[in-house]
Amino acid sequence: MKEEIKLMKGNEAIAHAAIRYGVDGYFGYPITPQSEVLETLEELMPWETTGMVVLQAESEVAAINMVYGGASTGKAVMTSSSSPGVSLMQEGMSYIAAGELPALVVNVMRGGPGLGTIQPSQSDYFQATKGGGHGDYHFIVLAPSTVQEMADFVGLGFDLAFKYRTPAMILADGIVGQMMEKVVLPEPRPRRTDREIAEQCPWAVTGRPATRKPNVLTTLELDSAKMELNNIRYQQTYRTIEENEVRYQEYYTDDADYIFVAFGSIARICLKAIEDARAAGMKVGLIRPITLWPFPTKAIADYSQRVKGMMVVELNAGQMVEDVRLAVNGNIPVYHYGRMGGIVPNPQEALDALLKHFPDAAQ
Amino acid sequence: MKQEIIIAGFGGQGVLSMGKILAYAGLIADLEVTWMPAYGPEQRGGTANVTVILSDNPISSPVLDSFDTAVVLNQQSLDKFESKVKPGGTLIYDPYGIHHLPTRTDINIYPVDAMDATIELKSAKSYNMIILGALLKINPIVTIDSVMAGLKKALPERHHHLLPVNREAITRGMELVNPGENTIE
Amino acid sequence: MKPEDIKRSENKVYSKPELLNDTPMHYCPGCSHGVVHKLVSEVLKEMGMEHKSIGVAPVGCAVFAYSYIDIDWIEAAHGRAPAVATGAKRLNPDRLVFTYQGDGDLAAIGTAETIHAANRAENIAIIFINNAIYGMTGGQMAPTTLEGQKTATTPYGRRVDLNGYPLKISNLLAQLDGTCYVTRQAVHTPAAVRKAKSAIRQAFENSMAGRGTSVVEIVSTCNSGWKMSPAKANEWMVENMFPQYPLGDIKNIIKE
Repeated sequence: MKEEIKLMKGNEAIAHAAIRYGVDGYFGYPITPQSEVLETLEELMPWETTGMVVLQAESEVAAINMVYGGASTGKAVMTSSSSPGVSLMQEGMSYIAAGELPALVVNVMRGGPGLGTIQPSQSDYFQATKGGGHGDYHFIVLAPSTVQEMADFVGLGFDLAFKYRTPAMILADGIVGQMMEKVVLPEPRPRRTDREIAEQCPWAVTGRPATRKPNVLTTLELDSAKMELNNIRYQQTYRTIEENEVRYQEYYTDDADYIFVAFGSIARICLKAIEDARAAGMKVGLIRPITLWPFPTKAIADYSQRVKGMMVVELNAGQMVEDVRLAVNGNIPVYHYGRMGGIVPNPQEALDALLKHFPDAAQ
Repeated sequence: MKQEIIIAGFGGQGVLSMGKILAYAGLIADLEVTWMPAYGPEQRGGTANVTVILSDNPISSPVLDSFDTAVVLNQQSLDKFESKVKPGGTLIYDPYGIHHLPTRTDINIYPVDAMDATIELKSAKSYNMIILGALLKINPIVTIDSVMAGLKKALPERHHHLLPVNREAITRGMELVNPGENTIE
Repeated sequence: MKPEDIKRSENKVYSKPELLNDTPMHYCPGCSHGVVHKLVSEVLKEMGMEHKSIGVAPVGCAVFAYSYIDIDWIEAAHGRAPAVATGAKRLNPDRLVFTYQGDGDLAAIGTAETIHAANRAENIAIIFINNAIYGMTGGQMAPTTLEGQKTATTPYGRRVDLNGYPLKISNLLAQLDGTCYVTRQAVHTPAAVRKAKSAIRQAFENSMAGRGTSVVEIVSTCNSGWKMSPAKANEWMVENMFPQYPLGDIKNIIKE
């Protein structure tokens, strides 16, 4: 059977993909520009078909704690929000990471700080990749640049989250949330049965059967010697993820003298700039980190031995550029071009920024 | 084939839905499609615009600095987007409420009296379909059959009885322009 | 007579509930928590729910409840237990899900989660220990602290012009259409303990019958925080707490 191609917004794609993946529960609170996720789920009524629970919480604080409660029972549970709402969730996200719980949080970023604007932004990069809440922890952070990836990363996020017992995040922006594109939705699969959950998640709080000791999902450990061991275990998981799960995409890099580094929808704006530049004979390429954490440090370090300079374009004042500079470690110049407050640069601006710092790219 | 289109006007004029129908028509015609709204809280009266790209090949940036075609439905949008039409490109505007006419000579400019036609048709909601008809007459990117199939997908089933009215509006829009008349030398 | 002659089953008049394990409790001598833990353990066992229950522990003195009662537990962030319980119960509707919270957790930092879980008629039971003080952090003012009551943060007594009034959160929750049972009990006498136990049983049965949210407030002592002997604390509670927080059912839709 030919796959059915649909046209939908990125936010809608997340909702459809969640149902098809067999997600057990979604808890959310409305906030622009991601409200379509909750709206679409409520409209599709998955509780009638797959049995997926959808609930509008009284706040983002409650929503993330509902995720924590649901995920503690081994279920595949998610939430979505936008920047100010995700700030409210940071406490719960720290607990979810500390509880080593698989869960998925979607942040469709808008401009800040404060209430800011509802227009697109990427200014939560630090919050997402460095652990925005308290304590040493990470979420696996996936940055979609197309509506197709919005759909695909729901499944990928949960797969990674359950594989490593660690939460994942889709860090999108208002552009990819609000734009419509063609999308092939994942094949529907059934939700896991309670028996499968008991087998696959022996840690899950399911109501202790007579055959095992009580499972306690707690993040509290007052004995510092034990708490340090907990921290060491978290860090070992993070190192394993860094070894195995770095994802990025390269465009026109084979012969490039200069490369853009950009993520999410901004990578596509840079790609258009590159298409224009290539048409004018300039050897310019692009690296698009797909996992922002773990960051493609090694790939960027390798490129720093081959190219003359890097131009990082972001919708913020310079966040990912710090990770790029750490990877490059002074080998070549790295510059940043950012727009803030919901302003999105066009392809010409991106190219102009590169040419300003690297004028010989035009020769 | 690649068409980069901006549609801009007041919220409530059906700017976003016109873009959506075009995008659905592109989907049906098996083209690559992006529909990127400049989204905002405005429901009525504020400005709204949407970028629609239809292409045979994968589309890179959904955000553009220049367009093959600009459809502008108020003065602000005309002021903002006239300069962003690529040389040799197309500008379509409704003269209703326009005081400062477009001045470029290196693009094809078509005034479309859609507001008047809407009043004649006694169907305020047909406005964007009349504009769409004019656009398709000037630049037949997709067929009217694709548009009607797209419309069927875009509209909830309870509104499917409106399909004939929409077809009539598209046809009316097609009658309003005569390509060739306004083309640059 | 040797001890072995006495330790015979026909002579046994009392035993520790099976679900209450041997971990030494961190609660102060005289604290009400131990009694309520015992009641929860007994009721779960008597209902045959020990293998189908999920407890949600709070932040506060009962933070370690999971160390003492041998069922599955989730430890929630401060105040978030009703939201955590909502997630657990919605995804596991055949499980008995209850929270065990103190006054600061339930009626200060977690007020929104408490009210909205109750208003959604979540099929959970809330065991609410009201001892009018923050015990765990060293005896600071709670939302339920009485007017004039001295705490670490109201050393000259709670002033309503400064700190507002003692919050009768159970009366507030009883106003919500989502609650089916709101009762206020105590565990200072054997008779009170028996009534509190049947209230907890009622609340758990309501949850499994899908009747909505049940709230069992236990007016409790905190003799350490109150700086009194356990016996004196009980007297002080009867004299000062009960007039403000009178015992009895505030709402019971089964009886109404």
